[in-house]
Amino acid sequence: MRKGVGLIGVDGLGLKIGLEVHCQLTVLNTKLFCSCSSNYRGTEPNTNICEICTGLPGTLPVLNEKAVEAATKIALALNCKIAETANFFRKNYFYPDLPKNFQITQYDKAGGVAIAKEGQIGTSDGSIRIRRIQLEEDPGKLSYEGTIVSSPFALVDYNRAGVALVEIVTEPDLKSPKNAREFLQKLRSILEHIGVCDGSLEGAMRCDANISLFGGKRVEVKNISSFKEVERALNFEITRQKTMAKAAKAEGMETRHWDEVRRVTVTLRVKESEEDYRYFPEPDLVPITISKNYISKVKARMPELPDKRKERFVRDYKVSEEIASVLVGEKQIADFFEACVKSYTAPRLLGSWLAIDIIGYLNRSEKTFADIKFSPNNLAEIAKLVEQKQITDSGAKTIIIKAIEQGKSRFEIGKKEEGAITDEKMVMNAVKMVFGANRKAVEDAKSDPNAINFLMGQVMKATKGRADHSLARKLIQVELLAVQEPSRK
Amino acid sequence: MKAKSAWEIAEGTRDGSISPVETVEALFERIGEHDIEIKAFITTTKKLAIEQAKEIEKKRKAKQKLGRLAGVPIAVKDNICTQGIETTCASKILRGFIPPYDATVVKMLKEEGAIIVGKTNMDEFGMGSTTEFSAFFPTRNPRNTSYVPGGSSGGSAAAVAKELASAALGTDTGGSIRCPSAFCGVVGLKPTYGLVSRYGLIAYANSLEQIGPITRDVRDSSLMLSCIAAHDPMDSTNVGEKKDYTKFRDDVSRLKIGVPKQYFGEGTQKAVSDAIWRALKKLEDEGATIEEVDLKTVEYALASYYIIAMSEASSNLARYDGLRYGFQESSGARNWSTLFSKDRKIGFGFEVKKRIILGTFALSAGYFDAYYLKAQMVRSLIIQDFEKAFKKFDVLIGPTMPTTAFKLGEKTVDPLAMYMSDCDTVPANLAGIPAISIPCGSSNGLPIGMQIMAPSFEEERLLGVAGFCERELA
Repeated sequence: MRKGVGLIGVDGLGLKIGLEVHCQLTVLNTKLFCSCSSNYRGTEPNTNICEICTGLPGTLPVLNEKAVEAATKIALALNCKIAETANFFRKNYFYPDLPKNFQITQYDKAGGVAIAKEGQIGTSDGSIRIRRIQLEEDPGKLSYEGTIVSSPFALVDYNRAGVALVEIVTEPDLKSPKNAREFLQKLRSILEHIGVCDGSLEGAMRCDANISLFGGKRVEVKNISSFKEVERALNFEITRQKTMAKAAKAEGMETRHWDEVRRVTVTLRVKESEEDYRYFPEPDLVPITISKNYISKVKARMPELPDKRKERFVRDYKVSEEIASVLVGEKQIADFFEACVKSYTAPRLLGSWLAIDIIGYLNRSEKTFADIKFSPNNLAEIAKLVEQKQITDSGAKTIIIKAIEQGKSRFEIGKKEEGAITDEKMVMNAVKMVFGANRKAVEDAKSDPNAINFLMGQVMKATKGRADHSLARKLIQVELLAVQEPSRK
Repeated sequence: MKAKSAWEIAEGTRDGSISPVETVEALFERIGEHDIEIKAFITTTKKLAIEQAKEIEKKRKAKQKLGRLAGVPIAVKDNICTQGIETTCASKILRGFIPPYDATVVKMLKEEGAIIVGKTNMDEFGMGSTTEFSAFFPTRNPRNTSYVPGGSSGGSAAAVAKELASAALGTDTGGSIRCPSAFCGVVGLKPTYGLVSRYGLIAYANSLEQIGPITRDVRDSSLMLSCIAAHDPMDSTNVGEKKDYTKFRDDVSRLKIGVPKQYFGEGTQKAVSDAIWRALKKLEDEGATIEEVDLKTVEYALASYYIIAMSEASSNLARYDGLRYGFQESSGARNWSTLFSKDRKIGFGFEVKKRIILGTFALSAGYFDAYYLKAQMVRSLIIQDFEKAFKKFDVLIGPTMPTTAFKLGEKTVDPLAMYMSDCDTVPANLAGIPAISIPCGSSNGLPIGMQIMAPSFEEERLLGVAGFCERELA
């Protein structure tokens, strides 16, 4: 322990967090090495398979060229160095979800060259370096009865086997569990913007986290399903490893499993040393050549990335940095925002509704953006009503949240949520109308304050109770004076 | 009476002078008579073959175009996938595996009108040079049944030699086509790596092996090669193109022949080297120039070969765990790793297990650099050595095997001697170049094979020299 003091960071924990993120290239129609559909979701077990992705004897992989394009886009988006020539390696280990008992992947040692390396993503807590980006095949899936520990059997489904994955490995640069979550959110938004991975699909983005404290041994946490869970799992690990350190128990290198239900990590296997995967070059595939020309072609087709989009939002829509950051945090939200603004130009109002109120509600209620059923046009109309002072801002928010809550595609503007009409013209129109219809009351009002109350009631009735009280009273007084003027003449 | 060649059968089938149904029926009679002793086949497919033959007859009567191998009975090594026909690699672990697809070469042969008559015996997964390592039974050499037919494509070579098939497909990882062809006195061609599709070939060592023809003469070899060499998008390592190899020219008058010193080293039988030199003399008489060449790195070929082959094999054979196809001994297994171990323990033979263990070791952390990487470096040097030699020579000629066939049981007790016997064949696999073995006399009634090697994709030149020798040595 004492020896490790020099390694311990300013936070006193010597916290080191690195992530390995597996992203399915959901944009591809077919798997990485065969022509089965890459969309295995919702299919009957073991129906989305062929002799290649189940590794039947004699079959050979053929690389899906589109996967190289997608990986190149990712590499460009993360400012990586792209390899001129990359190759595939075999990672050998026995596991029932792996049809060949090896995985075709990439490697950066022993002559292996992954598709890209040395990139970075900026976060609010500094830049996170990307160590490498590699293409590989997804294994199948095991289903257990109950939990992995208690299940008496496992069922294997190979529908997912062979789906194209890009593994993104970071350096241990993440400053905190919160920072890890932010990084993942940012990565997801980037992947969505370049259109290669739809992070909203279950299992499309999966994460293993490596964490060590006090310069101790690295612990790998697997089976983390969402970004929120990553933060939770890391927080749990920090507490657990601190406790271990206090009890002076040395941490061994191990792999732990995140139990989402109990919110604890449990030991999966203790590693004596690095697992020996016996990596060697995949003899059935030829090296991938990525020419400068190819890269510039891909570059030319690169869409606007979240950071640039954020700058544009601040510049063109005059929304704050904070709001813009949140908006571009998810491509769907940023797209929704822009569609709203196109329909009705109230970017600051719409931006703050989306970034603060709507996302805040979604996070609190464990809903996602997909649960929003109303259209950008609908939301823009509400913004219009607020800007025209037909309803209040807080009334509008209540309406919006209610629509999300109830999964409605239309807004219901009930009496309760309607704001006071503070528009002078509108209230004056109502007053004039009431004066015209109640001549006697107007006469009486000159001497009888009760008649003023009557007129007030009529104005409220005419505006369905929405006229601003003090404004209505003021305008009634003004109008009374106006009708008295001629008699004075 | 000399049996008709594949060429003659195809010609006769097309012009109607030969009935494919009669050919097949006669052939199965021969198989019934002789295969009890030779044991070339693991599976025969009489019913399917007769159906195919009838189909061809129907086509001919309807004046439809018939393929280049119309009506030719062909045996296929049991490590090449055949749709609907059990494919075992002569291993217990693949017992019951019926591929749902045809290997590209099988598909191509069928399209040319070939009739698949059965699947031939081999050393389990191609691991051996005698066909004694078949999990089922050994095959015997038709020239003398006390001897092995060579391996690993021993069943294919024996079937062709005994006329139980007009031609056969073999596979060659380190000599598995050429060795049995030499021992059985037939023609075996290992094409350039990448010329013939490997799709459907159950891998032993992917970076070394090719499918190739085993035939009774050189013209049949060229015909078979013309039918199986083509680009296949299903095999990324395939760069083949369609070409008619039957038009080879057997003019050797200006041929520059290199004779690698290393191919006549210690362990080469005198009868073998004498036979090869006699043939070389014939070539010289015809105007060819003969010069000895020193291929220094070839001395390290065997070591390099076995490390690469076993390393790749250890990974290729990992998929046989009993979970998805083939053999399964699941009773009593409480978890998957016990199940895997049990199935692999019972399913694989001793030689296969030995090679998996050695390959696993060679790829292990800490040993990888010293073994696998070094073996690959040696391989690069061998490739360079051959490239250099081919700058000077058109072909290289030497014996296929240092000896004639072994007695049954002779090499199983001395595995190192068996591995050593591959010394003349493995260099071509490491270098990826084409090599052919043709009959070149005999010793004590056992055939001797002469090996001709050419630069990559120069199969036509190879066949030309082989064609000349075949004519002049007969």
